[in-house]
Amino acid sequence: MTAGLNNYLVLSAVLFSIGLYGALSRKNAVVVLMCVEIMLNAANLSLVAFSRFVTPVALSGQTVAIFSITAAAAEVAVGLAVVIALYRQRGTVDVNDINLLKW
Amino acid sequence: MHIMSIPSALIWAVWLLPLGAFALISPLIRPFPGKAEPASFISIGAVGISFALSLWILASVLQAPDRQIILHGADWLSISGGPVFNFGLLIDPLSAVMLSVVTSVSLMVQVYSRAYMHSDPSYLRYFALISLFTAAMLGLIVSSNLLSTFAFWELVGLSSYLLIGFWFHRPSAVAAAKKAFLVTRIGDVGFLAALLVLYTKTGTLDITGLNSPGVLSAISGGVLTWAALGLFLGAMGKSGQFPLHVWLPDAMEGPTPVSALIHAATMVAAGVFLVARMYPLFQAAPHVLTVVAIVGAFSAVFAATMGLVMKDIKRVLAYSTISQLGLMMLGIGTGGVWVGIFYLFNHAFFKSLLFLGAGSVNHATGTFDLREMGGLRKKIPWTFAFFVLAAVSLSGIWPLAGFFSKEGVLAAALDKQPVLFGFALLTTFLTAFYIFRVVFLVFFGDYRGSHGPHESSRIMLVPMGLLAVPAVASGWLNANGGFEHFLGDGATHGFWSGFIGALAHPLALFSLLAALLGVFSAYTLYIKRWISPDKVKWFLRSPYAIFTRKYGMDELYENIIARNALYRGVFQAADWTDRVVIGGASAGIASLTTGAGRVLRRFQTGQIQLYAVAAVLGMTAIVLIALVRG
Amino acid sequence: MGINIAFWVLAVLAATGALAVVSARSLFRTALGLVLCFLSIAGLFFTLSADFLGIVQVLIYVGAIAVLLIMAIMLTRDVEKGNLPSTLKIPALVSGLAFAGLSVWVMLNTSWQVSSEAPTTPTASTLGNLLFDQGGLVLGVEIAAMLLLAALIGAISAAREK
Repeated sequence: MTAGLNNYLVLSAVLFSIGLYGALSRKNAVVVLMCVEIMLNAANLSLVAFSRFVTPVALSGQTVAIFSITAAAAEVAVGLAVVIALYRQRGTVDVNDINLLKW
Repeated sequence: MHIMSIPSALIWAVWLLPLGAFALISPLIRPFPGKAEPASFISIGAVGISFALSLWILASVLQAPDRQIILHGADWLSISGGPVFNFGLLIDPLSAVMLSVVTSVSLMVQVYSRAYMHSDPSYLRYFALISLFTAAMLGLIVSSNLLSTFAFWELVGLSSYLLIGFWFHRPSAVAAAKKAFLVTRIGDVGFLAALLVLYTKTGTLDITGLNSPGVLSAISGGVLTWAALGLFLGAMGKSGQFPLHVWLPDAMEGPTPVSALIHAATMVAAGVFLVARMYPLFQAAPHVLTVVAIVGAFSAVFAATMGLVMKDIKRVLAYSTISQLGLMMLGIGTGGVWVGIFYLFNHAFFKSLLFLGAGSVNHATGTFDLREMGGLRKKIPWTFAFFVLAAVSLSGIWPLAGFFSKEGVLAAALDKQPVLFGFALLTTFLTAFYIFRVVFLVFFGDYRGSHGPHESSRIMLVPMGLLAVPAVASGWLNANGGFEHFLGDGATHGFWSGFIGALAHPLALFSLLAALLGVFSAYTLYIKRWISPDKVKWFLRSPYAIFTRKYGMDELYENIIARNALYRGVFQAADWTDRVVIGGASAGIASLTTGAGRVLRRFQTGQIQLYAVAAVLGMTAIVLIALVRG
Repeated sequence: MGINIAFWVLAVLAATGALAVVSARSLFRTALGLVLCFLSIAGLFFTLSADFLGIVQVLIYVGAIAVLLIMAIMLTRDVEKGNLPSTLKIPALVSGLAFAGLSVWVMLNTSWQVSSEAPTTPTASTLGNLLFDQGGLVLGVEIAAMLLLAALIGAISAAREK
């Protein structure tokens, strides 16, 4: 079976959903960040797949993917810094315990 | 004799001058402490000129075609493109007579006040207010439009409020002022309602327009009746007719000259004037004139009985005023405009003289209480002389003024309503009795007070003397039928035939007899003491108790109507509605909000993943809905 | 044909890695699953003839981000607790499945305008021209640079000892 656009897109959707499930269900803040990265990668995958199959010459999808990777790098840097700071403050990175902002 | 007709600017000046005096004194002079007394000359000068002008107006009206001068003035306002309300002046015999009455009495009262109010710290305020009062009344008299009449009507009410409560540091004066204001307000509601009815039905409030037969025949009798009754309700409030009379005796809390003004010329006369002014309307309305006559006759007897037993000289005079106003209403109701206005005309002079005399007595003895007077005949002879003249005139004894006007009322009543004639005759007897009771208690017998009595100054005596002249002679104006001819359309006849001939009429003998009987009864009781007043009091103890308690009218209003019906009923219901319904609704909404918040905040767990789950599910649901529906 | 086989192999590997991230007990296995997932995606980029992005993926995600995440795992002492699920396991599963179903359904039901042209290879010079040439996305590049600088400073200030 030839790997066409739909194959890539479905793979991207599956990866994204796995990442989503992980981001919603993991206790450890670092793992949550990892899952977010998986979701970003899934999005990148679909961008590149669109670039390959819809605009194979212009490569515009790949350009967007480059920016997306840049943003992901910035995000992970800040996110991890926040996790470290939180850990220093409260001695845990369990998102269930980080619930000060409530009623 | 031909007199130059008065220029219209001077007609305006008649009421604008006192208003100007008020405007000058109140905001311009009062704030600067200076010599107070010269300022009173502004007020007196203004009203003096007004008096002169109103005499000129009177003369001009006599010569004017149709005996009428109408000044259109300025367009005042219009309601949503409807007819324009014109602020103009209407001078006819009625208003011309009223102008001269008001200005002359006001002038005398103001001159008198210079001495009477001499030591009062609020001297300037007094003159400012009395100018305003006079201006308001003059404006009411001359205005050609019922709407502006109403405005001046309210202004009269306001200035009387301010003057009755002149000594506002006294709680009783404050209460009296409030009472006067509120009670007359009840009548004013009727006046206003009548204005609204008339305006919606006819589209005009112009007095001559409303009084024209063309307009009157265009409205149905029922509407006319209600409108006339509304106007009469206003007149009842202002003129202190039963059952809205309760404010008038309390209004004695004001300075005595103010009482003289209120009772003679400015305030209470407004009600009678209004009925006279709208007389064609009243005439066109079925039965309303009968109501006017009945209310008047009843008030006359009703108030006179209370006047019999009062221990305060001013209160006797106050009830006398109500009673006399009742006779004026009776006169208008049965005989027409000239009867009532002629009575008002004469009454203004002798009643203001009586009040000024009472003020003079008060000056001499320091009290208004009849039990602390007596024997003042020798001490204050001038006051005595003037007071007795006025009392005789009030009693209606020939040949003084009161006789002629009373005769008019009695004749008219006998002609139209014989039952009411009985009331009027009874009133004549009672009037003579109570006023001579006052005369005998004050001026005869032995002095019972402690104050050293002395005659008042000349500034007080001169105005009294000047008022005594019309108090004696104003009735003679109609001896030849001249007054009736001027205001109505009777024929004139010889002066002497009227002057002497009036006595030949059996009716006059009746009224004279009733009056003399009253005087004689007072003489019997208070001078000769053939019968002790205490015995009479004991013998008639139950009516006496009713009279002294004023028929329980104050209690009725205060306890039953105000306290129970209004306070317990209406106001508490309103309070309950406010607290339970409105307050409950707003409190309910508030507690619903906080309750909802208390429940909803449980979802704010601080668990970021929960929020994310909600966001994802929500977004999925929205997309799904969009897909399914789109 | 080779590309097809490569796709299926890489797809299975990527999914396995991702599942390892969300389900492995040990945090180390989680990190390894993440690296596997990243590498497979890099391979998938190659199958899409995006050679430059494939290299970038390896360098940034595997070389930088994964290492950074592993370092974070080491720094926080929650390693011994393992990769535990939170209380929201079931709702999260439902959301994930719902999202997956919805997006797959949408993707399969959309008719994409697939082009049959041969893809550009190699991509590096073309991307360079797209980004830096006249009429390119220089402004975007500058903004991305500012973003990185801001993230750098922000991360340092957030994480430094107070």
